[in-house]
Amino acid sequence: MAPPRRPQILIASDLKSGDVVFLGASGWERDHRLARVAHDATEAAAFEAFGKNEIEKNHVVDMYLAEVEIGPGGVPTPLHYREKMRVMGPSVRRDLGKQAEWASSEAAGEAI
Amino acid sequence: MALISDGAFVEDSWRRLADEEAIPKSGKIIVTLPRLDAALAARGPDAPLGVIAPNTTDPELLRKSLSKLSLIAIQFPSFTDGRGFSLASLLRRAGFKGELRASGRVVADQYLHALGCGFDTIEIPDDLAQRHVEEHWRNALRARSLSYQRCPRGAGSILEQRRKGAL
Amino acid sequence: MGFLRSCGRGDMTAHDPNLPARPNAATTYLYDAYDRAFVRERVAEFRDQVQRRLSGGLTEDEFRPFRLMNGLYLQLHAYMLRVAIPYGTLTARQMRQLAFIADRWDKGYGHFTTRQNVQYNWPQLVDVPEILDALADVDMHAIQTSGNCIRNVTADQFAAVAADEIEDPRPTTEFLRQWSSAHSEFSFLPRKFKIAVTGAEHDRAAIKVHDIGLRIVKNGQGEIGYEVLVGGGLGRSPFIGKTIREFVPRADLLAYLEAIMRVYNRFGRRDNKYKARIKILVHETGIDEIRSQVEKEFASMDLTPFSYDAQEFARVAAFFADPPYESLPKTSAALEQAKRENADFSNFVDVNVSPHKIDGYAIVTVSLKPIGGIPGDATSDQMRVLADASEKFGFGELRVSHEQNIVLPHVKKDDLFALWRMLDDFGLATANAGLISDIIACPGLDYCALATARSIPIAQAISRRFASLERQREIGKLGVKISGCINACGHHHVGAIGILGLEKKGEESYQITVGGDPTLKASIGQRLGPGLRAEEVPDVIEHLIQFYLAERLKDESFIETWRRLGHERFKELARREGEDGSDI
Repeated sequence: MAPPRRPQILIASDLKSGDVVFLGASGWERDHRLARVAHDATEAAAFEAFGKNEIEKNHVVDMYLAEVEIGPGGVPTPLHYREKMRVMGPSVRRDLGKQAEWASSEAAGEAI
Repeated sequence: MALISDGAFVEDSWRRLADEEAIPKSGKIIVTLPRLDAALAARGPDAPLGVIAPNTTDPELLRKSLSKLSLIAIQFPSFTDGRGFSLASLLRRAGFKGELRASGRVVADQYLHALGCGFDTIEIPDDLAQRHVEEHWRNALRARSLSYQRCPRGAGSILEQRRKGAL
Repeated sequence: MGFLRSCGRGDMTAHDPNLPARPNAATTYLYDAYDRAFVRERVAEFRDQVQRRLSGGLTEDEFRPFRLMNGLYLQLHAYMLRVAIPYGTLTARQMRQLAFIADRWDKGYGHFTTRQNVQYNWPQLVDVPEILDALADVDMHAIQTSGNCIRNVTADQFAAVAADEIEDPRPTTEFLRQWSSAHSEFSFLPRKFKIAVTGAEHDRAAIKVHDIGLRIVKNGQGEIGYEVLVGGGLGRSPFIGKTIREFVPRADLLAYLEAIMRVYNRFGRRDNKYKARIKILVHETGIDEIRSQVEKEFASMDLTPFSYDAQEFARVAAFFADPPYESLPKTSAALEQAKRENADFSNFVDVNVSPHKIDGYAIVTVSLKPIGGIPGDATSDQMRVLADASEKFGFGELRVSHEQNIVLPHVKKDDLFALWRMLDDFGLATANAGLISDIIACPGLDYCALATARSIPIAQAISRRFASLERQREIGKLGVKISGCINACGHHHVGAIGILGLEKKGEESYQITVGGDPTLKASIGQRLGPGLRAEEVPDVIEHLIQFYLAERLKDESFIETWRRLGHERFKELARREGEDGSDI
């Protein structure tokens, strides 16, 4: 039996926009909180196979698996600080990147 | 392999001789570099001979044979390995007048680079030919109407145009 | 002749606002029809390459070198487009277009780099052909700002206006730019290739840490030529360049450079990306053997095709002739009065204004390093203000410096106060040029896919710690340079204080070096001690500064004190801190 491994998500760059994308329930998501989590080697291999196929179809480039920890509600958060940067945006410009989009969508959500 | 000349896929009138094969007296054959001396000795004086050389070949090794060679194919193991461009330039400088062929992994976007260094033809494996179709090679010929450098062939250099204009 | 206007504390300039706007007489090369056609064709070629990439005609591996040769990287969050600013010289019109591009296709700002280029951090691949067209509209491009080819040739940001100059390096640089563009033979080199040119006694172009460095010199007969250095570079293994020839006559320059490029293209290592620069070839083969190979190649070349170069060089050089300077007195009464009346302005003049070769004029450094800000970034509004300022006060010409600042190279002393007022309104008047808060920092892990740690927050923290301009002036000239990885784009090796961001045990870790120097006295910084956490860095810098202030002899700069005392004294300082963890 394969040794247990840390949960992982699949990260890639969208070819047309350069945006960071994550393998979600049915295709690529721009929000890492919607990323599917691979819990074992079989699932991880399936993720990579999908990613490879997407590369061949010229949708994404540079795909790889990144380790995450699972938080409340099953939301994955990358372990390494580099991937943490990728899911958020520049730490010195909180008004730019994905972090800004959530901030505004959360604010909108609060307003409802 | 597919052969490109003047922006089109053409039939190759040359044949690559396998290393195990005996050297025929006539016919347009290309031998590998280690067999060059033997081929020169074995062939008739008017039998066209070609050689395929690694891109690291010292041009001095070929110097004495240049007048007897009709074709030199320079290998491109990877399209990012630009050594073949310098080797071609040096062979032209040494006086080679025959067909210079860039052979291997060369993409259409390098067509003008190759021509600018003195290559005549490009030979690519089938997997590249699938994606680098004839239209791309034809278009590539027109990618730069003029070059800033002093190229030996092609549409000419910007420097030359300016000089003519200044006269 | 200037005259004072007594309109309160407002306009203390002698410039008469009723005169028509100064004609735009920027001293820079003007494209002819051939140059324009070249750039347009390049855009069309890239447009086609993008299409083929999207449809699968080109794989990513095949597309990448051509994408890079058009300045486009794929970074941490998005693509990044690096636009060339040849020899760091821009017209007001070009700067406005950079602002337009930032607003239209990016997020309203750009980043000026240590190689005099500008970077956009958020373009989409599908928009890049349009962006390149917008650049072509103003005779700009992103050609060869990346890739294994000859990159943007850089020069001295004070070219043509500094008093210590033998010759303006920019005509040479423009000449090299054209020669190196889409070079048939040298576009698939073992690795990137960077050339820099200096024409002055003080090297502001860091030629000793470039693959080829050129120093304009005069021989015994008064002829202009070039000292050619080869094999300098920073990155993983920093090297100082070595002289390959003391004097190459101008007529032979391009041929000689081709000889060097041919030897490098043929023999540079291709087996290991980290050993592929010419500095490794020179180091492993030896400068004498390399020189011998280059001279042999040069001697075998047919120089006839290069014989037209003299005429072409003269044609290019004519564009860089002096602008219509007015005949002015050396001293400006208006300036002196404004300095007496406004301490902040006086400070700005002392720090950010440099002497000009023409009486009555000055060189102004506009700092893109506001206290606590992101080094080298400018908003599109700021770009437009800079364009306006250059037209109002400087023949419509701007420069980008290696320190990631903007230079207005031809400002009348009479106009300095009005210019300062204009800059101040837009946060562009920080009086810190060359001081400790004028930090050079690469984008680092906040943006860059190659980075191992963030660099910008470190720069911000140091900047805030030393915010007091009075204190900064007391410390004097000091170059702090920060790189977010060993590729050293922040040039940390040649910082008087250098900081390198790495990873240690899953955390960002910072190594400090001391004693680097980018000038002709080039030296590589030496390590101070083990890596620090981000929070520890400002304290350690503080202690280095305090030590320097306590030990320095009159007028000694930081680097001079370091040279006199020796690195061990500084290392000891860091060691003592580590032992008991308390302040010294």
